[in-house]
Amino acid sequence: MAAENREESILPHAETLAAPPTTVDKIFDKCFRTLTLVFTWATVLLLAFIVFRIGGQALPAIKEYGLGLLVSSDWDVNNNQFGIWPQIWGTLYSSLLALVLGGFFGITIAIFLTQDFLPHKLEIILKNIVELLAAIPSVVYGLWGIYVLIPILQPTADKLHSSFGWFPLFSTSFSGFGMFSAALVLSIMILPTIAAISQDALRAVPGKTKEAAFGMGTTRWEAILRVILPTASGGISGALVLGLGRALGETMALAMLVGNSATVSLSLFSPASTLAALLALNFPEADLNQTGVLMYAACTLLLITLVVNMLGTLIISTTTTKGGER
Amino acid sequence: MKVRKFITIAAVSLALTVAGSSAFAGKVKLVGSGASFPYPIYSTWFSQFSKANSGIQVNYQSKGSGAGIRDFLNGVVDFAASDAAMKEEEMAKVKDGVQLLPMTAGEVVLAYNLKGVKDLKLSRKAYTGIFLGKVKTWNDPLIADANPGMKLPATPITVVARADSSGTTYVLTKHLSAISPEFAEKVGVAKQPSWPTDINMIKSPKNAGVNASIKRATGAIGYTEYAYARMAKLNMVSLENKEGSYVAPGLTGGQAALANVEIPENMIAWVSDPAGKDSYPIATYTWMIFHKKYADAGKARVLRKMVNYCLDNGQAIADQMGYIPLPANVIAQVKVAAENIK
Repeated sequence: MAAENREESILPHAETLAAPPTTVDKIFDKCFRTLTLVFTWATVLLLAFIVFRIGGQALPAIKEYGLGLLVSSDWDVNNNQFGIWPQIWGTLYSSLLALVLGGFFGITIAIFLTQDFLPHKLEIILKNIVELLAAIPSVVYGLWGIYVLIPILQPTADKLHSSFGWFPLFSTSFSGFGMFSAALVLSIMILPTIAAISQDALRAVPGKTKEAAFGMGTTRWEAILRVILPTASGGISGALVLGLGRALGETMALAMLVGNSATVSLSLFSPASTLAALLALNFPEADLNQTGVLMYAACTLLLITLVVNMLGTLIISTTTTKGGER
Repeated sequence: MKVRKFITIAAVSLALTVAGSSAFAGKVKLVGSGASFPYPIYSTWFSQFSKANSGIQVNYQSKGSGAGIRDFLNGVVDFAASDAAMKEEEMAKVKDGVQLLPMTAGEVVLAYNLKGVKDLKLSRKAYTGIFLGKVKTWNDPLIADANPGMKLPATPITVVARADSSGTTYVLTKHLSAISPEFAEKVGVAKQPSWPTDINMIKSPKNAGVNASIKRATGAIGYTEYAYARMAKLNMVSLENKEGSYVAPGLTGGQAALANVEIPENMIAWVSDPAGKDSYPIATYTWMIFHKKYADAGKARVLRKMVNYCLDNGQAIADQMGYIPLPANVIAQVKVAAENIK
């Protein structure tokens, strides 16, 4: 029955398919175009407006404290002395640590889930589980860090500090809150982003490329490391940049784990602070002057993210043209 | 079909909206914000008050004392709550005057996390030393002296402080400044002081965050509100008071501390270093802040009703929630002052 119906419905209407668009179609099309155009511009305008407002509120602080604020590390609300160098350092250090860890594991997972190591069904299940990590709220990550991760890390950290205390990375004692726990949680948080986008990039590598590599007599690992990864490198660096962007702006989990102490130290076990945590913790009670300084800090964070994204785009565009030339 | 379904949904939701708004029409909704220190008891009071008086809803947000005062000055809320009372210049900004009322009192405790160590006592020198960054390990002689026979490890002390600007910090620094001229000079009284830089310190948001950090960080000591510390089952320190005796935080110590303080006309009394052998040294009143004149007289009436409810029915649960009930003479004073809310 169904099949007959379909035949009937296709044949008589075949002519109408080729008919010119009706006025309604045209109007609909025009409205749709205008609407998409409006929304696109609205997004751009919204960003411009946000930057304008933040910049406007930051202006008095920028005038008063100048670039000195970026390199000073005093934060004394009562004497109106401000400096955000420890926060800038903490933001960059924690994000880079998280990127190294999360990047390594994310790309490894992506390779494992795309290069036929597993039956297809299992691949899909695992892929979804990894992506579920992205749905966990930041606060839950923070609590998990405090109640699960820190007790696990504590014995290892104590041992590392007592045996390798001379090494800058382990030079302070670990109270549980600090760079180490923060960066680990952060790396788990950016893992799904990196894994998901890297998987897409690896899947996009044409099957023929892989077969050609095998045809030349490469082993499976040679094919993966020398042919498939370089071909997908554009997408993978994009994944890393997005991951780094998320790490830079991450707030709540870090505010709960990093210790929020204005310390600049290479040590993984030292408490630190980040720009996003500083903003989140100080805004609710900030007076007018402090609000300006916090807006200045927000501008700095915005600028750091912008530079990172631009660098990332640059890397992607150079690597992908290379791939095309090959 | 689709159109009909859509119409049905629209009609039903419209009906619901109308029904909802008409149900709300008879209600009085009070909005307050401020200190997180008394939040557990305030939220209990307000929900009981709403239950006892149908049609009245009180919505209190624990944003922090400073944020509460700012909301109050901006006219966003009907009342505010603060542990640090209110500054003169802030009070001057309020047209038609402002009425502060102490509603309950609490203690700021020092809680710690040190394996195998219970019932720790700290002398005044020891705990000011810790907050000045001078006492750095748990086996420091200043700590050992007050705890004879206790095995103290050489673990470094990690001090946990509030990361946000906080009334609890204000109360602690006020006490420390009162008992140590050095602390007064180096750190001073502030909601967000600049702590000595050589102190091994981590900072956490809010009372709950400080508690979590103390619970987790080895060798940690931090300050937090008694009710929160008791809820989190933290080990609390017995502190040396003005007369030199060690008092554990709790109802008796708190009541003794309050008994030694007179409340002045503006209702702002500080308990920064109470006298008396049984007094717990760090206690404070916590205030609700009202306008003296409300545009809506009905609202003022409901607010007065709320204050009276908290004073009459509310004080009974204070002890069980970890707060100090107001002394009877203070309740009488507050009731008189509450009549200024018009």
